[in-house]
Amino acid sequence: MMLSKGLKRKREEEEEEGKEALAVDTWWLDPGHPAVAQAPPAVASSSLFDLSVLKLHHSLRQSEPDLRHLVLVVNTLRRIQASMAPTAALPPVPSPPTAPSIADNLLASSDAALSASMASLLEDLSHIEGLSQAPQPLVDEGPPGHPIGGAPPSLGALDLLGPATGCLLDDGLEGLFEDTDTSMYDSELWAPASEGHKSSPEDGPGKEEAPELDEAELDYLMDVLVGTQALERPPGPGR
Amino acid sequence: METGTTEADIISTVEFNHTGELLATGDKGGRVVIFQREQESKNQVHRRGEYNVYSTFQSHEPEFDYLKSLEIEEKINKIRWLPQQNAAYFLLSTNDKTVKLWKVSERDKRPEGYNLKDEEGRLRDPATITTLRVPVLRPMDLMVEATPRRVFANAHTYHINSISVNSDYETYMSADDLRINLWNFEITNQSFNIVDIKPANMEELTEVITAAEFHPHHCNTFVYSSSKGTIRLCDMRASALCDRHTKFFEEPEDPSNRSFFSEIISSISDVKFSHSGRYIMTRDYLTVKVWDLNMENRPIETYQVHDYLRSKLCSLYENDCIFDKFECVWNGSDSVIMTGSYNNFFRMFDRNTKRDVTLEASRENSKPRAILKPRKVCVGGKRRKDEISVDSLDFSKKILHTAWHPSENIIAVAATNNLYIFQDKVN
Repeated sequence: MMLSKGLKRKREEEEEEGKEALAVDTWWLDPGHPAVAQAPPAVASSSLFDLSVLKLHHSLRQSEPDLRHLVLVVNTLRRIQASMAPTAALPPVPSPPTAPSIADNLLASSDAALSASMASLLEDLSHIEGLSQAPQPLVDEGPPGHPIGGAPPSLGALDLLGPATGCLLDDGLEGLFEDTDTSMYDSELWAPASEGHKSSPEDGPGKEEAPELDEAELDYLMDVLVGTQALERPPGPGR
Repeated sequence: METGTTEADIISTVEFNHTGELLATGDKGGRVVIFQREQESKNQVHRRGEYNVYSTFQSHEPEFDYLKSLEIEEKINKIRWLPQQNAAYFLLSTNDKTVKLWKVSERDKRPEGYNLKDEEGRLRDPATITTLRVPVLRPMDLMVEATPRRVFANAHTYHINSISVNSDYETYMSADDLRINLWNFEITNQSFNIVDIKPANMEELTEVITAAEFHPHHCNTFVYSSSKGTIRLCDMRASALCDRHTKFFEEPEDPSNRSFFSEIISSISDVKFSHSGRYIMTRDYLTVKVWDLNMENRPIETYQVHDYLRSKLCSLYENDCIFDKFECVWNGSDSVIMTGSYNNFFRMFDRNTKRDVTLEASRENSKPRAILKPRKVCVGGKRRKDEISVDSLDFSKKILHTAWHPSENIIAVAATNNLYIFQDKVN
């Protein structure tokens, strides 16, 4: 092998990571599709959706999000959501039905973490003035392999930049006052779930109407996540 | 990255000046290092001019924006040279928010024989001075000093990704994710906004500006690329705010290659005019494309940089490599184009012969004066002795920044924190 032995240890680490990363490449696809590399996938599994939501989450958590990264992730999430919408069912069944075992583990752990963080997020957000009319917080993850909320929510707002990068020159005085709302930066807002919120469904009856309620909740959640509800921006001058 | 490498040393931009005499690099720590080519000596005709360090200075420091509670990175995103007009050299360097004009000049003489100061610079008591003398200039060891001549600040809400000097040499533009501003070199407290794609309602944002460049000869023309794989050519004479493009370049999506990642991989990471001004070259995640300015509906040439990654896109999405921004460059005659890849590989494409080559920038494989050996990635089946399999590629070793000498076959390749300079072998 032509490659240097001097970096062997590092390369092996990278190789392992690389191998691991590249080997699981096909798990995200609907296994109903053959010829994974060639066929344009019709339906993404919920794992790809979860991964994208996590990326969005992570991106928004940055003090100054990389706008390009954010926009690309959101657009990708929209595509995934559009492909998954027709497969929503009541009560939600794991779809695709048999995912590889690696995917199961990923789904279970990511669902738990995601629902926990979403629940905590909603709990914190309910403290923000003006959100008292918020719908009931999201129910928990349900059975493993079940995507959050059945049908993924429509992603509306991308008004994530609110005070984060709003410029004094840009918005004038309104922008300046918006900056003083620090609720977006409260660490609790973004922290992983505390113990108390972990796995308890908030309301039994709500669960029956799961898809509609979930969708609305998720819609709301995404809106708040990207700041539309919490921080209504008055239209700037001259725009 | 080697053990012990500090992140501040990661090279973030590389650029030759217009004569190729100087090569500037910027790094994550906000420093600029300028290399100068040694004059070829008559005694050693076989020894091509080598590049040695000429000047090093701290261009940008980390800043803290107290109003928004944000740290502004000092990483140098781009360096662009101004054409030389006198003995001094001028360059623009930018981080995410602030562009600076630096003057780099030589001092090889110093004045001696002051009347009011002694040799150490201490003031002399005027009462002790009985005669006057005229100070003379005496040679000294060459000193290269860099001084910031202009600071262009507070004009960008979003992250600056490009700067480009206009062919009029009086103005330049700076582009961030949503806006492009036009500056006059002499005026730092104001700039003209010439492109603004920020939607009135940020909820509607679906596209950002990824790169921008002035036409090399027409000072009214520039292009900018987007995260959706489009290029817009604008004419500043048409209107003050160039929100309406003169030309719109976009290739229709190939339906057989469609995936959830289609948009991400179509996002253009770099756009460069050819030296002739007749073509533009764009780099997206998997390809380099050459466009004729007269044909907007598709590129005239497409080169596959590392198509073996197409089936690995999900993993590359997972580890964020799919968001890596590779640059691309033309050679002086616009006949060869070059761009980087992973595993410290970089690729060259000859537009005339249609041949391409993969080379590697690494210490183990590059001793001084050694000839670079072409590399090959094995995509399946039996791997030959010299080949490397896709799964063995090191994705942390990415070559994002390269530069080509304006007239000679000398290239500069930045591999993380190392700079490699390769030259044509002398016959």
